[in-house]
Amino acid sequence: MSVPFSPERTEEIMERAVDIKGRSLWEDARRRLFRNRAAMVSIVVLSLIALLAVFGPFVLPYAYDFIDYSVVSCAPDWWPDPSVLCNAGGAHWFGTDSVGRDLLVRTLYGARVSMAVGVIATLVSLVIGVAYGATAGYLGGRVDELMMRFVDVLYSIPYIFLVIILMVIFNRNFFLLFVAIGAVEWLTMARIVRGQTLSIKQKEFIEAARAGGVGPFGIITRHIIPNVFGPVIVYVTLTVPSAILAESFLSFLGLGIQEPLTSWGVLISDGANQMETAPWMLIFPAAFMAITLFCFNFIGDGLRDALDPKDR
Amino acid sequence: MFSYVIRRLLGAIPTLFIIVTLAFFMMRVAPGGPFDSQRRLPPEIENNIKAAYNLDKPLYQQYFIYLGKLAHGDLGPSFKQKDFTVTELIAEGLPVSARLGLSAITLAVLMGMLMGTFAALRQNSFLDYSVMSAAMVGITIPTFVMAPILTLVFGVYGVSLFGYDISLPVGGWNGGALRNMILPVVVLALPQIAVIARLTRGSMVEVLHSNYVRTARAKGLSSYKIVIRHALRAAVLPLVSYLGPAIAGILTGSLIVEQIFGIPGIGRYFVQGALNRDYTLVLGVLIYYATFVILLNLLADILYAVLDPRVRYAK
Repeated sequence: MSVPFSPERTEEIMERAVDIKGRSLWEDARRRLFRNRAAMVSIVVLSLIALLAVFGPFVLPYAYDFIDYSVVSCAPDWWPDPSVLCNAGGAHWFGTDSVGRDLLVRTLYGARVSMAVGVIATLVSLVIGVAYGATAGYLGGRVDELMMRFVDVLYSIPYIFLVIILMVIFNRNFFLLFVAIGAVEWLTMARIVRGQTLSIKQKEFIEAARAGGVGPFGIITRHIIPNVFGPVIVYVTLTVPSAILAESFLSFLGLGIQEPLTSWGVLISDGANQMETAPWMLIFPAAFMAITLFCFNFIGDGLRDALDPKDR
Repeated sequence: MFSYVIRRLLGAIPTLFIIVTLAFFMMRVAPGGPFDSQRRLPPEIENNIKAAYNLDKPLYQQYFIYLGKLAHGDLGPSFKQKDFTVTELIAEGLPVSARLGLSAITLAVLMGMLMGTFAALRQNSFLDYSVMSAAMVGITIPTFVMAPILTLVFGVYGVSLFGYDISLPVGGWNGGALRNMILPVVVLALPQIAVIARLTRGSMVEVLHSNYVRTARAKGLSSYKIVIRHALRAAVLPLVSYLGPAIAGILTGSLIVEQIFGIPGIGRYFVQGALNRDYTLVLGVLIYYATFVILLNLLADILYAVLDPRVRYAK
């Protein structure tokens, strides 16, 4: 027995439906991410490190390049005794390096540089990778084959060798360092985006857009790129730590950031040279860097679990 | 299968060609040359030196000369290490690097599979969690942090076990003595052990839940046999495709490890060559590395087809 159609009944159903709220994919993902304890702790810790890196150097009484030969290689002293020579100019919580620069301010300054490299290089790789991958995937055929072949070629060189050559060319320019790292980190991004694009371009809404007269450029930018966002954002969180690592690697070899400016790689390299006499010069920067890398990896894992519908 | 291998080998030639061309011109665009020095040479001598190395010719001619020699297997003279050809330098360093790298990859595969398998067999146990957190540490802590820390603990402070001094030398190669090899090999292998353990655990957990393992269990096979004969075979497949990236990772790591431990391999030549513009040396080492990586990727693909009969390269 069916209820006869009436305007009143329709209105009643509609009224009830207003209270039901749908959950979008992103809302679902956010809920799952918030439940992931490791990822949430990592986000908090990472924000703390970022805040310290940005504001710490303003608060601390030392400049990152202030050389003080009266406090060379002082061990960290958390309860300073003013009669000791090392504390004459004030406390050095992380100790000082071999020319008397405060290690705390240098570690935080290094954090600025390392994180900036991580973020900017990732953005560069994001722009190149997404544009390249989406174009190759959408155009398909010969163009796709040629473009991905080029990616394969670059893949077969361990990428750090490319960065080393790029750094030699750019003569260790600070900003080009970012670009150089980004310019080699985009390969995986391009592959991921291409794979996603291949499956998305079969969907009806793309066909609808094409039938509506949208050109290839419009379809790629307006319809394809917004829809590959999920896997891309996961990969972005994993690219940041690998860019930070790449920069430290180069700085460690003496090809990256130049003195007096510093990064975690430079500090670790200095610390490694002095570790027998001044182990704190290695331990503090290394710990900061390791914690940061941990956090990014946990966030990446958490995001993947949150966004991957397979595990629902 | 045979034709597939041939096709892939032929496909490697244009790849190598592109790499050589890219690297050649990139190095030359760089400001500064190999014979810039503090002391200015008289112009006649400078010209003579440049003529001797063909540096006075236009760039495109230099490129073709280089390619021509390369086709004959001649990588040219080193610009900086006087009286040595690049081939000689590589021949000197290659056995050292190869020994270091192969030991590291062997250790990584053995340890990684062992740890991953045990973690999978005791899924969600204390053992599982400790193996996986150790793996996380191995992945996040970079080689150039691990190397100094291990040197500090085992080399500088020294460790003794049951009264025996087991401290290790902090550097040097000493003709490849075991004691000298332990630290560099372990440092090089650690990140790969971590990744391989994670991969093995993941695929092992999946395989252990599959139907044929349940059948084997129902037949009453011992769990030792199930793991060795049935599960492990399927579980190593993802490892084979990870082999390429693992090799690349070990090559990259060897740059650092050879530097830190003072090992006379070819990784050190690359860094030194890049720093002092020894064009031919850098190109030569890069060509070696690229060839090596391409060949190993091919080997991994072939191995994959052998291990997994579902994959066929007949076309």
